[in-house]
Amino acid sequence: MSGEELVSALLEATGETAQMVVWSTLLTVLFGLPLGVLLVTTERGGLTSAPPVKAVLGAVVNVGRSLPFIVLMVAILPFTRLVTGTTIGTVAAVVPLTLGAVPFFARLVETALRGVDRGVVEAAQAIGAGRTRIVARVLLPESVPGLVAGLTVTIVALIGYSAMAGAIGGGGLGDLAVRYGYQRFDTAVMIITVVVLIVIVQVIQSLGDLVARRLSHR
Amino acid sequence: MIKLTDLRKVYENGVVAIDGVDLGVAEGEIFGVLGQSGAGKSTLLRCVNLLERPTSGTVQVDGQELSGLGRADLRRARQRIGMIHQHFALLSSRTVAGNVAFPLEAAGVPRAERAARVAELLELVGLADKAGVHPAQLSGGQKQRVGIARALAGRPSVLLSDEATSALDPATTQSILALLKRLNRELGLTILLITHEMHVVKSICDSVAIMSEGRIEEAGRISDLIATPGARLTREIFPLPEPAPAGTVTVTFAGQADEPVMSALVRKFDVDVNILGGSLEELQGAPVGRLRIRLDGKGAADALAYVRERGLLVEVAA
Repeated sequence: MSGEELVSALLEATGETAQMVVWSTLLTVLFGLPLGVLLVTTERGGLTSAPPVKAVLGAVVNVGRSLPFIVLMVAILPFTRLVTGTTIGTVAAVVPLTLGAVPFFARLVETALRGVDRGVVEAAQAIGAGRTRIVARVLLPESVPGLVAGLTVTIVALIGYSAMAGAIGGGGLGDLAVRYGYQRFDTAVMIITVVVLIVIVQVIQSLGDLVARRLSHR
Repeated sequence: MIKLTDLRKVYENGVVAIDGVDLGVAEGEIFGVLGQSGAGKSTLLRCVNLLERPTSGTVQVDGQELSGLGRADLRRARQRIGMIHQHFALLSSRTVAGNVAFPLEAAGVPRAERAARVAELLELVGLADKAGVHPAQLSGGQKQRVGIARALAGRPSVLLSDEATSALDPATTQSILALLKRLNRELGLTILLITHEMHVVKSICDSVAIMSEGRIEEAGRISDLIATPGARLTREIFPLPEPAPAGTVTVTFAGQADEPVMSALVRKFDVDVNILGGSLEELQGAPVGRLRIRLDGKGAADALAYVRERGLLVEVAA
C-alpha cells in the first residue's frame, strides 16, 4: 500500500471506529446508567427495595457479562437485523457493541454508587427528600468521579470490541489491521494501526482521569 | 414535644435493640440519652424520625403521630425535624451553600427565597464566609456547623443529634455544644441528643435518660436526679468508691457550694469531719459536688440533721 493510500485507509477506518464507539457509548449510557441505578436501589434495604427484581436484573447482567463478545455478536445477528435492517456495516455493529457494553457499564455504575456513604443517603432521607430526588441529587452527583472513571473504562472496552466488530463487516481500525496485516501479511499497516489504537486509548484514558479528578471534591 | 410509647425494635436476626422504652421530651429542653455503644440509643434516635421502623410502639413529634403516616406525609413531617450526624453526612459534590440549600429544595422553596435563607443560616452558625467552599476544605467543627445550618433550614421544632460531637476534639466539641445551647435558647429549639460522653450531658442537658441494653434505666431532669438518693447519674458524674464503706456519709450539694457547711459542722456540733473523697463539677454553669465524709463525735446525729436542713442530699452507709 502506498503512503497516500495508507493515510486515507487509516483515516477512513478511524472514522468508522469513532462512529461505532461514539454511538454505542451514548446508547450504553442511556441504558446502562438506569440499570446500574436499579441494581443498587432494588437490593434489600435499598431505596426501592425489591429483592426479586434485583435477582432478575443481576442474573440478566451476569449472562450478558459472561458471553464472549464475538459469540454475543454472532448470536444476536437476527436481533441486529430486526433493529437496523442489516447485519453488515458500522450501524449494524452498534447493536452488539451496545448490548455487550450495557451490562459491563451497569456493573461499574453499581460499584460507583455503592461508594456513596450510606450516612449521606440517610441524611437525605431524614431531611425529607423523596426517592427520585435522592437518586438524582445525591447518589448520582456524589458518584460522578466514579461514574466518569467507569465510563472511561467502558469506552476503552468498546474500542476493543469495535475491532472485533470488523469481523462481521463493521469496518474500523480492527478490520483494517486484520485485512492488511493478517490476511495480506502487510506488517507495516498492522503496526501503524496498532500504534493508532494505542494512541487513541491512551488519550481517552488520560482525558477520563483528568475529568474525574477535576470533578472530585473529596 | 417528643413522646415515645412502649417502643420496641427487634431486628430480623432476632437482636432486640430497643426493649420497651417510654420517653418524653418537653418543649424547649435539651434531652440527652446517655449510654455505651450498643445500648440501643442510636436505634432509638433513628426511630424518632422513622429512619428505623419500630417493631411496635408509637412515636409522636410535636403532637403528630408519625408511625401511621404515608410516604408523602412522612416526608413533610421529616422536613420539620432536623438531624445532625456524627460524621456530618454532607454532600461532597456540593458547596457549603449547596448543602444548606438541599432541604429547602426538597421542601419546594423558590430559588430566590432559598438564597436568602441560606445566607441567614450560614450567618447563624458563623460560616458566612465559607458559602462557596466544598466540605472537604473545612475542619470537623466547621463541617458540623454546616450540618447544623442544614438541619435548621426547614425551621424545625425539634433537632435530633446523633453523637454530633463524638468525632471532634475537646475544644471544638465545646464550641459546638455552646452553639447548640445558644440555638436552644434563642430559637426555643427542642433538642434530643444521644451521646456516650457524660461531658456532653453535664455541659448542656436539662434532662437525661441513661440507657443500657435497650432499656432506659433512669430518666428525669438532672436537677431532680441529683436530689434523688441512689441516682445512677450522680454516681456516674461523681465517681466515688462504691459501695460506700460502713459508717461513711455521702453528701451531694447543688447550688449550696459557696456555703461553708463543713466548717459550720465542726464549730456548731463539736464533731470531727474527715473528708474521704469528693469532687466538684459544673452542671450547666452551676457548681454541684459530692463529698464522702466520716463524722466522729457525740453531735454527729444533730450534724447530719443540720446538713439535711440546708437542703443537701445525705446518704448514710449502713
